[in-house]
Amino acid sequence: MSEEKNIIQPAEQASKFVNPLYAKREVTGPDGIKFIVDPLRDYFSDQRPQIYEPNSIPVIEKFLNWARAESLWVLGFGTGCGSIEIAPLLTPRFDAFRYGVMPRPTPRQSNVFIISGYLSIKTLKRVVRSYEQMPNPKYVLALGSCTINGGMYYDSYNTINRLDHYIPVDAYVAGCMPRPEALLAGFNKLKELIKDGKAENANEYAKNFDWYKANQKKIIKDWNMPDYNW
Amino acid sequence: MKNLINKLSKVYELSDVVYQRPNFTYATTTKENTISLITQLRDLEGFSHFVLLSCVDWIEDNLFQLTYILNNPTQKYDIAIRCMIDRNEAAMTSAHYLWEQIATYQRELKEMYGIEFPGSPRLNENFILEGWDNIPPMRRDFDTKKYSEETFFPRERPSSNDPATYMKSRLHPDEWDGKIAE
Repeated sequence: MSEEKNIIQPAEQASKFVNPLYAKREVTGPDGIKFIVDPLRDYFSDQRPQIYEPNSIPVIEKFLNWARAESLWVLGFGTGCGSIEIAPLLTPRFDAFRYGVMPRPTPRQSNVFIISGYLSIKTLKRVVRSYEQMPNPKYVLALGSCTINGGMYYDSYNTINRLDHYIPVDAYVAGCMPRPEALLAGFNKLKELIKDGKAENANEYAKNFDWYKANQKKIIKDWNMPDYNW
Repeated sequence: MKNLINKLSKVYELSDVVYQRPNFTYATTTKENTISLITQLRDLEGFSHFVLLSCVDWIEDNLFQLTYILNNPTQKYDIAIRCMIDRNEAAMTSAHYLWEQIATYQRELKEMYGIEFPGSPRLNENFILEGWDNIPPMRRDFDTKKYSEETFFPRERPSSNDPATYMKSRLHPDEWDGKIAE
């Protein structure tokens, strides 16, 4: 019976002993402003995404697009089996830094999201959240047949079939799995699209926000994140 | 291993004993005996390592088969204890006090098959599926393809031809009867 001590008690029993850390309380910030913190509330952004208006002077917008295309900062988020292809891509063998592709650790610092393979509903919830956290302009590169039509998981109860119903996709790299060379070709295609001013799908997301949200809510029923996500 | 099985079968009702490999044996026992048998194996016979707990859905017989695999690290052999439980009101005695990790396996079986393990810690928390509101997906009466088609916006798939007749039409058109099978 000695093992029982280490086991966490079930939730019904735990609710009898409310942790004081979870209680609602008033906190004074470092700048002296007081605000109320409720640790059990889900702090989602309730602001709708904004539409990015291109610069009114075409030359400047063209220059900005050129600059954006030459510095693609990739969010380090591997969703499926394709994440194994990203490691050699970013390391010296394929060296994507030649093309200005650089990994970044957080969504707030990156502007390219590589969806590397199949997406379960649980992962899609994190993907949507990370995508909404990324600053504009942002681009999505979808790898593998799983993001196109579900691939070999087309009949699974837990993986989505079409990614473009949940977040907008700028470029697809087909294959199962695409090699790092194919990914580099995909990056170059994405660069062409950005330079032509055609990779404006983040605006599509803002325009059709309700449609995307309805599709997401159709499959993601529980939007709460477990404690380990924080 | 045979000595051990003979010794155990004097006390417990063992059936379907399969000597799969020299170091691996299957044995089936009743639902009531399973946990006490596992406890004896752990405490007296040296099976100190718990390998896994899994489930098979025998929908035709209206049964779930639970398999507890234990390992004896000093003697280097495994034993798998199987038991059959009723599928309609699936419930099993919890074994989380023997090894802590069994609680996690039981959470998974609760979510994937809907088997109750009364008293198991955190049993009703989400394990893999978050917000699932259908019958447990690993039960065989759950139609995963139908669910996927209704839920995930399936893309139309290209029609495929029978490779044999198609290649015959390309390589040997004089022998080909003019049809390509689907």
